Amino acid sequence: MHKNENLSPDALRALQTERLQKVTRHVYENVKYYGSVFDKLGMTPEDMKSLEDLRSLPLTDKETLRLHYPFGMFAVPMAEIKEIHASSGTTGKPTVVAYTESDLRVWSEVMARSIACAGGTAEDIIQNAYGYGLFTGGLGVHYGALELGAAVVPMSSGGTQRQLQLMQDFGTTILTCTPSYSVYMAEQARAAGMDPRHSTLRIGILGAEPWSEGLRREIESAWDIKAYDIYGLSEIIGPGVAMECPGQDGLHVWADHFYPEVIDPDTLRPVPDGSDGMLVITTLTKRATPFLRYATKDIVSLTHAACPACGRTAPRISRIKGRTDDMLIIRGINVFPSQIETVLMGIKETLPHYQIIVTREGALDELEVQVEVNEKVFSDEIRGLEALEKRIRREIENVLSIAVKVKLVEPKTITRSEGKAKRVIDNRKL
Amino acid sequence: MFVKQISVFMENRAGRLEEITGILAENRINIRALALADTSDFGILRLIVDSPDRAAEILRKAEFTVRENEVIATEIEDKPGGLHEILTLFSKAGISIEYMYAFLERKHEDRAVMIIRVEAAAKAVKILQDAGKHLLTAAETYTL
Repeated sequence: MHKNENLSPDALRALQTERLQKVTRHVYENVKYYGSVFDKLGMTPEDMKSLEDLRSLPLTDKETLRLHYPFGMFAVPMAEIKEIHASSGTTGKPTVVAYTESDLRVWSEVMARSIACAGGTAEDIIQNAYGYGLFTGGLGVHYGALELGAAVVPMSSGGTQRQLQLMQDFGTTILTCTPSYSVYMAEQARAAGMDPRHSTLRIGILGAEPWSEGLRREIESAWDIKAYDIYGLSEIIGPGVAMECPGQDGLHVWADHFYPEVIDPDTLRPVPDGSDGMLVITTLTKRATPFLRYATKDIVSLTHAACPACGRTAPRISRIKGRTDDMLIIRGINVFPSQIETVLMGIKETLPHYQIIVTREGALDELEVQVEVNEKVFSDEIRGLEALEKRIRREIENVLSIAVKVKLVEPKTITRSEGKAKRVIDNRKL
Repeated sequence: MFVKQISVFMENRAGRLEEITGILAENRINIRALALADTSDFGILRLIVDSPDRAAEILRKAEFTVRENEVIATEIEDKPGGLHEILTLFSKAGISIEYMYAFLERKHEDRAVMIIRVEAAAKAVKILQDAGKHLLTAAETYTL
């Protein structure tokens, strides 16, 4: 356990305050946007005397990042940037984040801590089935495994038969992927005549999508393992922002690097410990893309009580209980209905009425986009309609990078409520 | 030379066709011929009715997606080889058929009527006329 995971409340506050002052000066001097935020408020970094002073600052969110796309929020020159990642934005433009050498060290450290928090050691063989690429899941876990000294098998996502084969042959002990994929793998294992309960796997480090206690029990029983929830988002660092310990009662936030606040999403006022609100995080040590008060849009509750299970004093957030926006997480990928809307509007025929249906077929999420056929696009030939369906599907898949189903439906199939159409029907039972 | 056909977009679900026939019945619209093309998810109902403009308007009012098209209605002899004869004409001329369907005539028991949709409509009409085929006018078709 890193010493910073178990600081006394006063020592943690002192460390956070010192780091907050440092990062505030850094963004004030190097990010135009933050410079103007302080100037408008008539404040200087010297006014950040305590953590509470953060509350006078506005929130930073995906929209802020979009407005400064691609590199406007970078706080260091390109020469110091080592890695750039991107995640879904709410419309066409992705959300861009970057890492310096020291950011990568922090990322490795918090991910190593996270794996260790779940009981992983240098002895473990970690099969990393998070996607490698722009998505931070794959590389984040990879760096953490290297830092911890464990052996990492960089599988990336998909290729289930191969995953199972190598898991068996290598004697994998830790699996990292989305919870739903772990369920799917267990199903596929059984279908192939393997008993997942007899595998060498002992720990699952699962995240990148919301899940429930019920699903945890299902996964633990299917594999005969302990399954732990990991939290992160690329804007903060990627995976490794918070992690469950064997107590499985909340996720420890590595608060020496990421200062958490939970606020009422409407009034923006802080809510007391134990109450639900929106998680807001300030990155205390990031150099390339540090954010003050980043609005995660995730609903959680926070507790500062020391953990009875592991003794860590690092504050804990609850599981993600929901979102303050309409973002969906499909197979670990962030999807905004507005992205789909942009595609539909971009197809030359106007298709204003659509609905997104999310279901879980077996273990995997399915996304169906229902589009109302109006007279402008109605061809009286089957192949004309099929071509339209295919085109919509291809264009949505290009933007979302996940497979979707498109269904043409009759007008007025999609319920219109007062003023606002219900765009998303989420039938998943998590 | 052409007759008006109404196409209606339909999802493949139980009772949908019945709703359309119900609306037409209520409004005293007589269906002269129909064809249904479908995939697993949706279908296209194609109709020749006695008053196509009114039928289209009523169906639109009932919030169906409707399209009016011009199709060719030609008589063929109701005997073996009757259809083959005109298909041979089209084939020789390189005209491909989008879709077609048939109904029987009441007045002439030895005749059938083919509803044909082709891309090269004008060319198809000329070929049929040159071959001495009778093309039904709109009025003839709607009141058969």
